Amino acid sequence: MKAKKFVEKLMNAVFFFCGILAVGCVLLITVYMVASGLPAIREIGLGKFLFGQVWASTAKEPRFGILPFILTSVYGTAGATLLGVPVGLLTAVFLSKVAPKKLADRVRPAVDLLAGIPSVVYGLIGVSVLVPFIAKVFGLPKGTSLLAAMLVLSVMILPSIISVSETALRAVPPEYEEASLALGATPTETIFKVSIPAAKSGIAAGVVLGIGRAIGEAMAVMMVAGNVANMPALFDSVTFLTTAISKEMSYSSGLQRQALFSIALILFLFIMVINVVLNVALKGGKKGEK
Amino acid sequence: MGDKRLDQKLPPRRRAWDLTLRLLICACAAVTALLVAALIAYILLRGLPGVTWQLISSQESYLNNTIGILPSILNTLYIIVAALVIVLPLGVGAAVYLTEYASSRRLVRVIEFTTETLAGIPSIIYGLVGMMFFCQLLRLKTSLLAGALTLVIMILPTIVRTTQESLKTVPESYREGALGLGATKWYMIRTIILPSSIDGIVTGCILAIGRIVGESAALLFTAGLGLKLLGNFFEAMGGSGATLSVALYIYAMERGKFEVAFAVAAVLMLIVLVINFAAKVLGKRLKNKL
Repeated sequence: MKAKKFVEKLMNAVFFFCGILAVGCVLLITVYMVASGLPAIREIGLGKFLFGQVWASTAKEPRFGILPFILTSVYGTAGATLLGVPVGLLTAVFLSKVAPKKLADRVRPAVDLLAGIPSVVYGLIGVSVLVPFIAKVFGLPKGTSLLAAMLVLSVMILPSIISVSETALRAVPPEYEEASLALGATPTETIFKVSIPAAKSGIAAGVVLGIGRAIGEAMAVMMVAGNVANMPALFDSVTFLTTAISKEMSYSSGLQRQALFSIALILFLFIMVINVVLNVALKGGKKGEK
Repeated sequence: MGDKRLDQKLPPRRRAWDLTLRLLICACAAVTALLVAALIAYILLRGLPGVTWQLISSQESYLNNTIGILPSILNTLYIIVAALVIVLPLGVGAAVYLTEYASSRRLVRVIEFTTETLAGIPSIIYGLVGMMFFCQLLRLKTSLLAGALTLVIMILPTIVRTTQESLKTVPESYREGALGLGATKWYMIRTIILPSSIDGIVTGCILAIGRIVGESAALLFTAGLGLKLLGNFFEAMGGSGATLSVALYIYAMERGKFEVAFAVAAVLMLIVLVINFAAKVLGKRLKNKL
């Protein structure tokens, strides 16, 4: 009997340990990000670091301004969102409200597949098809550009937007839609004036999730954006926050390496803000449904 | 939900607007579906001809001037096995704690929030923290083991979430029955709860495998870029090696060998297709049980 009780207590402790492991991991990551990111910021100066327009980490007199990276990440993500959200949202509308069940059941796995394609494969197609195409159409010497990255990212965020929005649209109480139809609105008007507004917090969550994906994506962007530390311009070769880190990490040392960790800290802060917003949006959605 | 007779009574402007929006919805869905089909077809058509027996059964040889991706295939398998062996008990344990043990709602909320947060952190940040924590602090160097451990943190949320979902589907009466018959809590979990939620756990594993196969940014700095055969499982764990996704990146961007990269992409695509199919079949079984 004693042994049994001991085992019970032990398992209780083991499961408790597993349970708080996630908390431990987040703490570990946060501590590491802050501890390794702060020294360089302190040495360079926060203002100079965040708003410096020149990144020349290997120059004789190195300069570490990451404004180009921040703006590129923001513009790239914004562009991808502008392209991806309408297509994704309307596809979600199609899947949840318009398509016959059989057709929706065929299209949905395809969307899931889109989520499963590795980011390097997106990058590969981007660099071997999209980049030459852009170069040809716009008469550029090289097609690696912010535009190419935006296009690749807009495809990569589609699945998050579609699946979260579809779930939200399905959760709209049918009485709302029936009431609208009974008042004489057409099915399409009902979708745009009733269903979408009713599902807006869920849709917002999908969009925020997509934004998180886009801002954190490294490999696909590294392959198509050209990785030159320019201020962002649609047809120029640019560097994102993520690619700034991965490009130089393997050969960096000293202050340069520390500065890379500082970039990671900035990226981490972006993601944390997005996570909190996502949580609020999802909670708002749950309250709205009740 | 269309009713033709009603539509025709509408004033022409409203009808035109209605029709345009409806067309737009269908067009967006078509774009998404075509995009998926085109991506997959392109990868397979361009990549599959390059997938020869020699490519998948040998390693690179400068003497014979041949390229083989066997080391990367093995590395991928090894990392999958190592990561799953470690993450399964931890993730399932965490889910069991959340659904069966935790008594404080606040703690549950904190754990669920951090799990969500983990899921949102970009893989490049996992790569950096993995490099600092596993490779440097724990002195694992750049090795498959360090890569696998990094991925463990990354896929933990996936396993926790899917296991939790299926634990919730186990009827409360099973628990009451087991406890009423005098079983201890751990005995009940071991013999009743876990066996009846095995579908969800397996689905979680499959999704996790999908993420591991597609991951590259988190592995660049932790598992390294080696393309040589590393020997058996335990020897390989200590060596640095590229998985298929990382190998694709190396061949495409550092060696400029796009045809090899596309062959690797085709192999990856086939794996993704199989994984998606398996996850769907299992998901259906899970639903039928409900």
